[in-house]
Amino acid sequence: MAFNPKKQAFNASINAVTLGAGEKSTVIGGENTLPFYTFDAPMANSPKIALEISDDGMASLQMPGMKAAFEGCASVVDMVKKAEELHGISAICLHFEGADPNGENKSVEECVALAKEVAEATALPIIIMGCKNIEKDAEIFNKCSEALQGKNIVVLSAREEDYKSVGASAGMAYNQKVGAESAVDINLAKQLNVLLCQLGVPAQSIVMNLGSSCVGYGYEYLSSTLDRVKAAALAQNDQQLQMPIVTPVSTETWNVKEAMVSEEEVPEWGSLEERGIEMEIATAAACLTGGSDLVIMKHPAAIETIAKFIDSLM
Amino acid sequence: MALTGIQIFKLSPKKNCKECGSPTCMAFCMKVAQGAVPMDKCPYWSEEAKATLSESTAPLMKTIEVGTGSNAHKLGGETVLFRHEKTLVNRNLYAATICSCMDEADIDAAIASMKKIDYERIGEREYVEFLFVNYAGNGADKYVAVVKKAAEADRAIILNCSDAEAAKAALEVCKAGKPILNGANKDNAAEMSAIATAAGVTLGVGGASIEEIYDTVKALEAAGNKNLVIDVTGADAKETLKNAVLVRRTNLKDQDRSMGYPSIVNLEKVAPGDLHMQTALAAMFTLRYGSIIVMGAPTYAEALALYGLRQNIYTDPQKPMKVEPGIYALNGADENSVCSLTVDFALTYFLVSGEYERSKAPVNLLITDASGMSVLTAWAAGKFSAGTIKKFFDEYDIENKVKSRTLIIPGKVAVMKGEIEAKLPGWNVVVGPMEAVQLVKFIKDYV
Repeated sequence: MAFNPKKQAFNASINAVTLGAGEKSTVIGGENTLPFYTFDAPMANSPKIALEISDDGMASLQMPGMKAAFEGCASVVDMVKKAEELHGISAICLHFEGADPNGENKSVEECVALAKEVAEATALPIIIMGCKNIEKDAEIFNKCSEALQGKNIVVLSAREEDYKSVGASAGMAYNQKVGAESAVDINLAKQLNVLLCQLGVPAQSIVMNLGSSCVGYGYEYLSSTLDRVKAAALAQNDQQLQMPIVTPVSTETWNVKEAMVSEEEVPEWGSLEERGIEMEIATAAACLTGGSDLVIMKHPAAIETIAKFIDSLM
Repeated sequence: MALTGIQIFKLSPKKNCKECGSPTCMAFCMKVAQGAVPMDKCPYWSEEAKATLSESTAPLMKTIEVGTGSNAHKLGGETVLFRHEKTLVNRNLYAATICSCMDEADIDAAIASMKKIDYERIGEREYVEFLFVNYAGNGADKYVAVVKKAAEADRAIILNCSDAEAAKAALEVCKAGKPILNGANKDNAAEMSAIATAAGVTLGVGGASIEEIYDTVKALEAAGNKNLVIDVTGADAKETLKNAVLVRRTNLKDQDRSMGYPSIVNLEKVAPGDLHMQTALAAMFTLRYGSIIVMGAPTYAEALALYGLRQNIYTDPQKPMKVEPGIYALNGADENSVCSLTVDFALTYFLVSGEYERSKAPVNLLITDASGMSVLTAWAAGKFSAGTIKKFFDEYDIENKVKSRTLIIPGKVAVMKGEIEAKLPGWNVVVGPMEAVQLVKFIKDYV
């Protein structure tokens, strides 16, 4: 009896969502198979990589390899322009770390002004990431959505606490894409999607941020959530879970022990930068294998590898 | 196809003798159907029943045992495709490559560098379990010399060799360690199988395509060799993923036992010399069905990432990861350093200890036994209460081991402050922050 494997393409598919506008806009999602299972059916769109750039610009690049890639850049705008030349980057994730009221507490106006400058400097799609302070983030998202109308940006994220205001402004009034952020749980993810849809945000304007974690640090929860969400979306045709998945990788991986402890403290571990790169690569590859349609990354070497990884599997 | 408990019961002796440990034959048969107990616990099966049952109750995927002593490993034995469906059983293992094409100094260096990766993480030893010894076709003598070195390296061995003569010679020097002979293909299967069987070792089967591999496995099984692993490595990453997924899916989902063997994924062949790409692919094959992942020259940095991932994925979703209770002296803490208390849930421990390490403040981190639950869950379940904390303090003799009398408790259980103070007189109980990330700022006031 010859080998005759069963194909497992599904009748349901993930929503195809366009990010950005113009020539460099990009589409994520659209697939009707598990990630990279091209032997079941072709993957409609390859997964994408977004580069995380902090509002602190060059000062936020802690590793020599990161600095080297952006050598000569003086501002965030310079860095964004430079990013266009790097291989594998399909979007810019502008991370407003400095807006945190417990930190630098940059004003919303300052943030919006920067977002505008960035939008003028690049044609790449823009993802706006907040500072984790609910009130401040909601304001940043609302104002950025207003200022960047027509650019089709993504705001990360609408959460249980602020989905109404973020959904109503970014998702409805200004026609941007809304990232629905839940805490690594399929039920919470679905609930938030349902709530956003009930509010009036079109399902096609939602992407999911299921939460994030670094390999070695509770990654099993994210892994199983990704597996379960994809199974529900594709095998059970659950329309409330068919939104493409966006996963911030760099914000997690560069804060764990392996990417922080100095070479003096643990000489046997070797190069600190190399450790961080490996953590970022392993986490991003695991997320993509599980079903992320876009990963947000930081180190140019890790991005280069993951871009190659995606190409080799498509 | 698997039989139901009722179908098995019809074939059972129906004596209700209880010798199997179950109260009735019915109860026993239900357990057999679930795979919870082996059918040979009952001594009274008729021959006919045995024949019918052994085929259908045998696990879909075989567990293959290789290596000996401290280098003995179990591969395969998986029952589900995704960990949330039940749990994954035998964690994937790693190999470092050496080759008969390398000179002696390079081989020694490769072995030494591989051996440096050896540490403990949450109660598990993390190291490179296998040496993958590649035969470059440059003569059996040369190969035997390299295999001898490998045999002295205190690791299990995979012989990657499709040359019968070299394989035979190599096995002579290492077969006591129960290596894997990886090198059967459609042309040499019978000969390699005879060599592997004679030496009592597991045979690895590969091929130019998944169809070819399937036919070769079928032929080997027909000839009586079921001690196999499947080398799913294809021409590139894409084909290798296809092979790995189709082998496992055909086995577990479509219930074809001929694909029920552990897999070998050779990343040094798919991405030669590309460390970063090997990490990315290894992460993927940890999730998608690699049983042994062969790396070129694994580094400590790769190991930290990949072993962390593996440890996460191969946890039983029904059993949380735990760390040992006790006093963890962080950042050079001594008996006068402030104490901070939390639960033994591994994730909690990692977050809390990570933040304290970042703060550089000397802290005695006290980990209590809370059955591996997180702070609030343990509190709600009564596993993290003033009573359990008092018990922990007595058991570990904290009062005498530590002179400091400041105890920081997690902000989420602020309600316990009064009760803890009542149980631990003399201690200044301080309510810490709600989230671990706030610890760096918080601890500044206590050092």
